[in-house]
Amino acid sequence: MTTPVLEARGLTKRYGRVVAIDGSDLELYPGEILAVIGDNGAGKSSLIKALSGALIPDSGEILLDGQPVHFRTPMDARAAGIETVYQTLAVAPGLDIADNLFLGREERKPGVLGSVFRMLDRGHMRSEAKRHMSELGVATLQNIGQAVESLSGGQRQAVAVARSAAFGSKVVILDEPTAALGVKEGNRVLQLIRDVRDRGLPVILISHNMPHVFEVADRIHIQRLGRRATVITPKSHSMSEAVAIMTGAAEPPPQAA
Amino acid sequence: MATTASADFDVRRNESLGLRLQHVLHSNPVFGPLAVLIVAIIAFSIVNGRFLTATNLSLVLQQVTVIAVLALGQTLIILTAGIDLSTGAIAVFSSILMATFCTKGGMPGIIALVLGLAFGTAMGALNGFLVTRIKLPPFIVTLGTLTIFFSLNSVVSNSETVRGTDMPGLMTWTGNSIPIGSFRLTYGSIIMLLLFAYFFYALSRTAWGKHVYATGDDVESARLAGIQTNRVLFSVYTVAGLLYAVGGWILIGRLASASPNVGVEYNLDSITAVVLGGTSLFGGRGSVIGTLIGALIVGVFRNGLQLGGVEVVWQGFAIGLLVLVAVSLDQWIRKVKT
Repeated sequence: MTTPVLEARGLTKRYGRVVAIDGSDLELYPGEILAVIGDNGAGKSSLIKALSGALIPDSGEILLDGQPVHFRTPMDARAAGIETVYQTLAVAPGLDIADNLFLGREERKPGVLGSVFRMLDRGHMRSEAKRHMSELGVATLQNIGQAVESLSGGQRQAVAVARSAAFGSKVVILDEPTAALGVKEGNRVLQLIRDVRDRGLPVILISHNMPHVFEVADRIHIQRLGRRATVITPKSHSMSEAVAIMTGAAEPPPQAA
Repeated sequence: MATTASADFDVRRNESLGLRLQHVLHSNPVFGPLAVLIVAIIAFSIVNGRFLTATNLSLVLQQVTVIAVLALGQTLIILTAGIDLSTGAIAVFSSILMATFCTKGGMPGIIALVLGLAFGTAMGALNGFLVTRIKLPPFIVTLGTLTIFFSLNSVVSNSETVRGTDMPGLMTWTGNSIPIGSFRLTYGSIIMLLLFAYFFYALSRTAWGKHVYATGDDVESARLAGIQTNRVLFSVYTVAGLLYAVGGWILIGRLASASPNVGVEYNLDSITAVVLGGTSLFGGRGSVIGTLIGALIVGVFRNGLQLGGVEVVWQGFAIGLLVLVAVSLDQWIRKVKT
């Protein structure tokens, strides 16, 4: 069996007497889209935050390419190649698309202009931004110098996903990427997620939207009561079976995938 | 810009003039203040022929210089969705410190100047520390430091004014001017214009500038995008402190003395200039060019109304109205539909 790109073993996080995650495991294999589903309070977001460095687990370990890693901040996870698109998108609405794509890792001009005057290489960042956007088939945006606030919800999501795909070298984590979108835009974003996977980046997708999950996921991790109940595939189980396991109405089957 | 315009305007062809104006102002926030400034200049020069003379215009620029420098620091802070009420206090206290170092400390001008600037920077850094580490709202922090700095100011100065002639020439050098015809350009104004040019560059062409805007836009998003927002905020308050101290130095040149009793109104005047310049009090939107125009609007209005024979009390009334109009306009522009 191949080594998981990203693996969590026995992660636990308590907030006072509340147990958010209780010895949770997770495996993400190369080239797959792993959906994480679970009822509210099942510990989905805590699990994901631990993987993206936004939360430090009390115990358990995280392995990246089989090597243990310890993330103390989201920057640590990013430096290790794990990019997360948060539900809030983490874009600056007033800045343009290129600025947003490079937000937090701007590139300076070569030579004195960059080192002494700290001048940004806007031309290069813009052409790179254009390249990343069109690689993901988001060429519909006419102008890379357009403020993000002038974009639709789906286009903003596309910018955020493009950013993670452009800079993520190992894993892309998407938190509810289709939650606020209409049907058409939601489908565009699903295609975008497939494009990211097909470019070789495995994706963790957190979503409440069962049809979307069953449409794109290769495997589905069901989180319940702070731990992994089971992992199924869209082929092995139906949507209603998944919901039954998620809510505790049905016994989780032994891991099917 | 040109490439989007075609696509954008196709959609908006049927929109009313008002909506189109809203879009233009949204993408070019400096247009509004610039229009106000130009209209005001034209109106005042029609009312009084003396307004548009070189002598009078150089007076307007001199009157605006200190406020413009203070408003520059204030702009940085307001861009991060903060507010600084201690602006005038830091400027005046810095000027008193510089003067005191010269007179009571017997220091040479250059040492007193550098020390004064360092103290101003430290005062800004204190604001930044309280905002980022103790996590207090900027309004409360600077309300507190405003009172503290003014109180220390009275203690150090003994509430006495230091005459310019008692200080080394460097202290009042900013008030000296280069004549260009009958227009007198003071060194203080030159410093002010250079500072605006520098910060225009820093905000629009460096990563630091992008981070200032992103932090002001949405601090949580900026943090998640990997920006060390606390460092950005601390740098902004610290740099603003330095700018206020420079403003204090220019103030000595302007008054030809260092007086502890001026500057109370500078806090609000600096905010006025920023707001008139189209920078949003909610953070993330605005520019230093707008602030320069905003400061000029205040100067032109005060001077023009003065020449028009309007009493000082009514000048304040007019400026206040302008501020309310500017903020309402900002609210309207922010509601832009896309």
